[in-house]
Amino acid sequence: MNKEPMIRTVGLHKSFGSLHVLKGVSEHVLPQEVVSIIGPSGSGKSTFLRCLNMLEVPEEGQIFFEGVEITDKKVDVNIHRQKMGMVFQLFNVFPHLTVRENITLAPVMLKKKSKQEANDMAMELLNRVGLADKADNKPGRLSGGQKQRLAIVRALAMEPDVMLFDEPTSALDPEMVGEVLDVIKNLVKSGMTSVIVTHEMGFAKEVSDRVLFMDDGMVIESGTPSEIFNTPQNPRTKDFLSKVLI
Amino acid sequence: MSFITFCENIAKILSKYWQVFLIEGVSYTLLLSAITVFFGAILGSLLALGKMSRLKLLRGVITGFVEIIRGTPILLQLYFGYFIIPMAVPFLNLTDFQAISIALIINSAAYVSEVIRSGIQAVDHGQVEAARSLGLNGRQTMLHIILPQAIKNILPALGNEFIMIIKETSLASTFFIGDLMTSYLKVKGATWLNLECLLIVGVIYFVITFTLSKVVAAFERRMRAGE
Repeated sequence: MNKEPMIRTVGLHKSFGSLHVLKGVSEHVLPQEVVSIIGPSGSGKSTFLRCLNMLEVPEEGQIFFEGVEITDKKVDVNIHRQKMGMVFQLFNVFPHLTVRENITLAPVMLKKKSKQEANDMAMELLNRVGLADKADNKPGRLSGGQKQRLAIVRALAMEPDVMLFDEPTSALDPEMVGEVLDVIKNLVKSGMTSVIVTHEMGFAKEVSDRVLFMDDGMVIESGTPSEIFNTPQNPRTKDFLSKVLI
Repeated sequence: MSFITFCENIAKILSKYWQVFLIEGVSYTLLLSAITVFFGAILGSLLALGKMSRLKLLRGVITGFVEIIRGTPILLQLYFGYFIIPMAVPFLNLTDFQAISIALIINSAAYVSEVIRSGIQAVDHGQVEAARSLGLNGRQTMLHIILPQAIKNILPALGNEFIMIIKETSLASTFFIGDLMTSYLKVKGATWLNLECLLIVGVIYFVITFTLSKVVAAFERRMRAGE
């Protein structure tokens, strides 16, 4: 465990108006580590995740990504975001572009790839998630599960070093949760560093190297899945886990 | 006056003055409306951008301007423009038509800026977040993600603005600048047949705006179908 952390946060604070959402979160994510964040709604776990790529700007504290302090105002966060893929609860696929264009837009625009290379990669990624036959369709007719699989490969097309998942299955119909979780499982198995905010306890238990339990804007307890799920120490963790289905 | 004489009068007016209505009046009204919407859309876009900028002062000035335009009668604004615009730029020797066009453009820009701003803000904020999370900067996100989606909200609304403007240009006849309503004033002056002339002009306005609103609606349907 003497690897340098890929992401490190120091004392993050974030408020929305009078609502103090993050109350000093200091955490780290190691290369190739899979960290799940669980906790009741309103505990600040999504806000914490969204701080990691600066979609929310913390008022206090620092975030280091691959050794660079991205909370520094002089740092161009756009460059670092290219290395941090994000998957949203509501998919946020681009409805005016075809499935293929959803994937190739950013790599081509940000000069990482030629159009041809990007197209080839898009087809390969779509094959991997079983959407190759939809390449030239607009995403409007896709199911929720298909949209989320598209959103995942759209992020992967930037060849990120870390993937951030913000409740990736919360907005899905139950029968589509499995197909999305399978894609994420394969991804983390391949060694992708991942931070996953999720309500799927069974999934968190299965894929995570480490689980963080957050409540009231703080990380209350962290440990291996078996420590958190089988022998939780903190009464709030115990209370939360007793209320959710695993 | 019987209905028959009324119809005969209309036929007489049309046979003698149809060019005044259909050529002069209609073309001036359409020209004035097209100029207004075209430049109004350009100026309105700039206003909308300014209103979404980070500069507080700029936002305040634009908001104040839009509120004043929306809160005062357009006829009053046209009077203001008619007197003030030629005075403000005397070296340009503006004709009445040009001065009134500018006044209409300013009025339309205020409304169009709201159309554009709300069209842009109607795009789901998740789209911005997704684009930014991929590493696109603010400008790239606006150009490639937000505007292409906002245009679907904006274009039909601009079409409707065009239809509104066609009706509003009738107020420009106060300054006798040759639009369809000016044709009414001219022909009425020559024939003293008030109601007949009004009816002719009314029918022409209705045919134009009704046709255009059908065109806009069809256009809107096609754009929605493309999604």
